Amino acid sequence: MESDSSPADRIAPERLAALYRTMLRIRAFENAAEVASRGGVAAFGAAAAAGALVRGPLHLSTGQEAVPAGVCANLARSDYLTSTHRGHGHAIAKGAEPRAMMCELFGKSGGTNGGKGGSMHIADFSAGMLGANGVVAAGIPIAAGAAHAIRIRGGDAVVACFFGDGAVNRGPFLEGLNWARVFDLPVLFVCEDNRYSATTATESMTGGEGAAARARAIGVPAQQVDGNDVAAVDAAAARLLALVREGGGPQFLHALTYRFKGHVSVDPATYRDAAEVERALAQDPIERAGQRLAALGVDADRLRALREEAEAEIARALAAAAASPAPPAHAAYRDVQDCGAGQWR
Amino acid sequence: MAVMSYAQAACSALARAMREDERVVAVGEDLGRGGVFGQYRGLAQTFGAARVIDAPISESAILGAAVGMALVGLRPVVEMRVADFAMCAIDEMVNQAAKNRYMFGGQGRVPLVARLPIGIWSASAAQHSQSIEAWFAHTPGLVVVAPSSPADNYGLLRAAIACDDPVVYHEHKELWGVDGEVPEAHRVALGEAKVLRAGRDLTLVSWSRTVLDALEAAQSAAASGVSVEVIDLRTLWPWDRETVLASCARTGRLMVAHEAVQAAGFGAEIAATAAEELGIPVTRLGAPRIPVGYAAALEAEARIGSRRILEALLAWMEGRGRRRFSAATD
Repeated sequence: MESDSSPADRIAPERLAALYRTMLRIRAFENAAEVASRGGVAAFGAAAAAGALVRGPLHLSTGQEAVPAGVCANLARSDYLTSTHRGHGHAIAKGAEPRAMMCELFGKSGGTNGGKGGSMHIADFSAGMLGANGVVAAGIPIAAGAAHAIRIRGGDAVVACFFGDGAVNRGPFLEGLNWARVFDLPVLFVCEDNRYSATTATESMTGGEGAAARARAIGVPAQQVDGNDVAAVDAAAARLLALVREGGGPQFLHALTYRFKGHVSVDPATYRDAAEVERALAQDPIERAGQRLAALGVDADRLRALREEAEAEIARALAAAAASPAPPAHAAYRDVQDCGAGQWR
Repeated sequence: MAVMSYAQAACSALARAMREDERVVAVGEDLGRGGVFGQYRGLAQTFGAARVIDAPISESAILGAAVGMALVGLRPVVEMRVADFAMCAIDEMVNQAAKNRYMFGGQGRVPLVARLPIGIWSASAAQHSQSIEAWFAHTPGLVVVAPSSPADNYGLLRAAIACDDPVVYHEHKELWGVDGEVPEAHRVALGEAKVLRAGRDLTLVSWSRTVLDALEAAQSAAASGVSVEVIDLRTLWPWDRETVLASCARTGRLMVAHEAVQAAGFGAEIAATAAEELGIPVTRLGAPRIPVGYAAALEAEARIGSRRILEALLAWMEGRGRRRFSAATD
């Protein structure tokens, strides 16, 4: 791990409290979504049961909150972000409203996508969040293209491109990083390394030295960071995004974290070693930030209030999602295409 | 009115679109040197490397980046070199470009044109000769276009660039050098077929390179006393049901001919629709379900050609039943 300890050590209590708040909001959202999804998919690979609140596959980012919180604290609303199938945290950290997001998970018309996408395709273009993606690594070339458009059209926006450790084994990782390098585009690539590609340890099927080494081989400078230390992620992202904004071309942040839950919400993840999980849970990024805040003199009442606010916000989101109407059947024909609309057969 | 080749017509249409709208950019391999078929000749010199973008051989990134560009306000025209190479970018075409608007609830638009040249050309064998238009016609969200003449390549490319939907644009590699008159400021509406020859006895629908064979076959059929109406479909999706069905209602018979493999080809869709809507007899002629071979004798087996169209339609008209493709194994 390269040293970024100095700026992270000097983090102001107020900034750390803001990062802590973002992580709490993501955690509360993930916990609520997990509960609401019970029965949505009866077992890993089984069909969705009727009557569940959140149907279909739900990929939770529980335990990984420090990465989107730390990176997005350094982005403006006018910057762009591409995400993955595990995208709730990216959306919240980029400024999407949990209420509209929960409506989307419930498949309601008040959802960010009007119920067309669900968890796996959550998006809020108004916040620059260009979408979660059901295909691993697919967001990488899209991020490169968004950055290319910024370069052509002018302006100082940048793109943060999130993907997992599994993505480094797909072709678009190579093609997209190379594209950003040869055209010198304003992209921060963020490999959110939770150590598992679906249900298999990434290390067991990845040659060479992994994500950061591959980025460097393409000429994209890369930095590794403790992805469960939100102050460290914040400091690293600040440094790399400053380089990107100064015209330094693409940069790469390899954030080492851990997925607390299974690949999808109903996956018990029994393929993981119990001791490994126990060690990882002891590194909970929210607990660590809370302890740090306490050490910096932020009092316990304030921390409790932040937790309660986050939980209250998500409770309101759940109530709004329950009340929002389902999309009408005819909405299935909206937003397919303009040319040929009406010719459905 | 200027006479120009099919390739020059495309180049001219793109140049006009780039002059009229600074959001239009071209992206693809070797575009700076004019494109592999010369269909981008001079554009880099006129518009600069920032707008005529020489891409690495990275089909996923070319099409994926175009999706990102389109989402952030550009109107990219993407070159895939040959349609066969677009299979390296099938996720970007089908899962990303075609689905983006719908799955994100209409938050974005993907106004890109992906140029995928189809067809048998110059002994190029199995991986540079395919006609895969039916793949894309099958995919909701996409518009699919296949011009057969310089005028249509000019007019349809302009319409495709102006369209807010992702358009799969199939030029035919054997048409690049074909000359024709192109009216100034010509534009062809997407979704409109064109009746190229009026006839009474049979409607013959085709598109792309096979239109030339269809016209030749129709002329020969006339000598045998069969009057064939030839329709160039031009846009495969949305296809012009009105023009095709009106013609079929007059002639009472439909034949569809295309260079693509007949099985599950787009001709089946048109034939089935005419049969369902009008109850008329229909038939199709497409390539046998074999890859395109290199040797001339093998390649010829995958070609439809005017002779086979003529044979099939005369046999059908004379009531000799459904004449099978005259394969070498017959």
